[in-house]
Amino acid sequence: MSTVVLLLITGLGLGALYFLVASGLSLIYGLMGVLNFAHGSFLTIGAFIGWEVARRLSDGSWWALAAAMITGALVGALVAAATEFFLIRRLYNRHIEQVLVTVGLALASVALFEGIWGTDPTYVTSPSWLGQTTEILGARIPNNRFMLIVVAVLVLVAIVLFLKFTRYGLIIRAGVENRLMVTALGIDVRRAFTLVFAIGGAAAGLGGVLASIYYGYVSAHIGGSLLIFAFIVTVIGGLGSLAGAAIASVLVAVLQQFANFYLGGTGDLAVVLALAAVLLLRPRGLLGAKA
Amino acid sequence: MRSLWSRPVAKITAGAALVLFMALLPLLNITIPGIFPGATYTPGTLQLLAYAMLIAALALSYHLLFGLAGMLSFGHALFFAAGAYGLGIVLRNFSPTWMPADVTFIVAILITVLIGFVLAALVGSVSLRVTGISFAMVTLAFAQAGSVVVRRNPGGQTGGEEGLTLDVSQVPDSLVGVLNTRNLYWLALAVLVTVYLVVLWVEKSRAGHVVAATRENELRVRVIGIRPYFVRLLIFSIAGALAALAGAAFLLLQSGVSPRVATPDFTLTLLVIVVLGGVGLRWGAVLGAIVYTLLDQRLTALAGSEFIAGLPDVLRIPLSQPLFILGTLFILVVLFLPGGLAGLTRRSAWPHRPKRGSGERMLETEETI
Repeated sequence: MSTVVLLLITGLGLGALYFLVASGLSLIYGLMGVLNFAHGSFLTIGAFIGWEVARRLSDGSWWALAAAMITGALVGALVAAATEFFLIRRLYNRHIEQVLVTVGLALASVALFEGIWGTDPTYVTSPSWLGQTTEILGARIPNNRFMLIVVAVLVLVAIVLFLKFTRYGLIIRAGVENRLMVTALGIDVRRAFTLVFAIGGAAAGLGGVLASIYYGYVSAHIGGSLLIFAFIVTVIGGLGSLAGAAIASVLVAVLQQFANFYLGGTGDLAVVLALAAVLLLRPRGLLGAKA
Repeated sequence: MRSLWSRPVAKITAGAALVLFMALLPLLNITIPGIFPGATYTPGTLQLLAYAMLIAALALSYHLLFGLAGMLSFGHALFFAAGAYGLGIVLRNFSPTWMPADVTFIVAILITVLIGFVLAALVGSVSLRVTGISFAMVTLAFAQAGSVVVRRNPGGQTGGEEGLTLDVSQVPDSLVGVLNTRNLYWLALAVLVTVYLVVLWVEKSRAGHVVAATRENELRVRVIGIRPYFVRLLIFSIAGALAALAGAAFLLLQSGVSPRVATPDFTLTLLVIVVLGGVGLRWGAVLGAIVYTLLDQRLTALAGSEFIAGLPDVLRIPLSQPLFILGTLFILVVLFLPGGLAGLTRRSAWPHRPKRGSGERMLETEETI
């Protein structure tokens, strides 16, 4: 029983990370039809800059962590908005080229990160409480999992509130539904594009800081490896659906944890099999709108 | 001059002359400083050229998917890795005593290509159920799974992180050792020519026309009464088999293979190559591969040079990362040179470019349906 609880909560924690990446991907795809390969780089830069900030303030204290998280989110948002403004916007409605540009950006930025911070992982120090465990139903659960879950839920709630109750949220929701119609009504959707990129980038940057705590280190490839699972999550959840991304994140991560434990470390394969199964049974994903 | 020669004849002659020149290269003494590490007969240069040609063969097989069929696959490295690892594993485990060694070797290569075909058919049968961006993500997921399997070293067969070393006892002597690099070079050239001819044949075949039509307008193809699924699957599988062939030759050339070739990043490199050369053109893929490989090699050499080490950090860090320069170059090509390197000449030949980079049609039709 204690193992099941441990796997469940750890899975939820990992799912929280996936969600932070997948939410942005899904929103961006839903509104603009862009598959953003550079999303992993937004996460990595958030993680690195966040770590630099925390290191300079005071290592291992709570407020340094908070500062790191805020900086990570800000940096992610800025870089993402700049990417949209300078690269994606020039290729309006040419989806393949947009994907290609983000691929190029991903390759170049990972190389640049390696050049600046080296190829070896950089170990981070976080507040000592996060490194300890709490006992729930006999399972000793690392505390950082709780923080991941709480932050991801907060981000989910914030994004949902933003989409539901603000004017820009309304434009974004309408744009996902039917972009042509929104443009026809005289609303400049392009500002919404930048905004969506910024939101996705902020979530990814925040995810980067959290990922560095989850793994205990930052490396230039941390974003790329999470990105692949985030892709799987967005396809399983249904492209463009935020709720789908949230549900699929949890399902994928929990499945991965259980397969890793009970089936001899086959978590990654189990996830891909799950993806294949979803595609065979329901090609549009769990909550996807169109095929 | 041009009026005397019909275009196809001129093309075939030029192609044959180029292949002949490439075949004679190991016997010549040509030095191009800055591009080749040494004279063309030296093993180092031959190795580099053979490597470039195998990447070109792989890029051609990717061209079948992306250029011809408009399928943006992020999993093509899987089949290349299947070829490289497949041949290594087959050679190690398949040695029937009743068969002469050379025949065993050829049979092993055929089995490897067949593995590539079957694996691609399996992966394709699932991933082709979705189109466009979803297809890209699904193939990426499969490639990632392949990469995980290779790294996990199942049954001690793939060698995990260390990679797999070629068991030379099963390989004909003429393909082993530095002195025989020129034989490997000729092998690579043969693989490239074979792949080129197969790609040409597929493009001119009925299946090739159907997938090209599907790329342009899937709805119309469906209305005519053709189901694009199976034709796409066929093209996907052929591309997989060709990639496996290139992978097998790659194993022989490098006398080993590392898990790097199974990573999704390797597919991204392939995509960069095809786009750099020019999407939709066979020789664009070849050109892109050769330019990319040589650039990569030269930039790596440059990164280690003293000139770079003496620069201030702001310049030194970006310039010492070949991938950073190549990635930036790639972004610039996508933004400002949509036809790639091959498009440079093409644009001057036809001022009104008939079509933009192919491939995007698949996504557009998906949206309009």
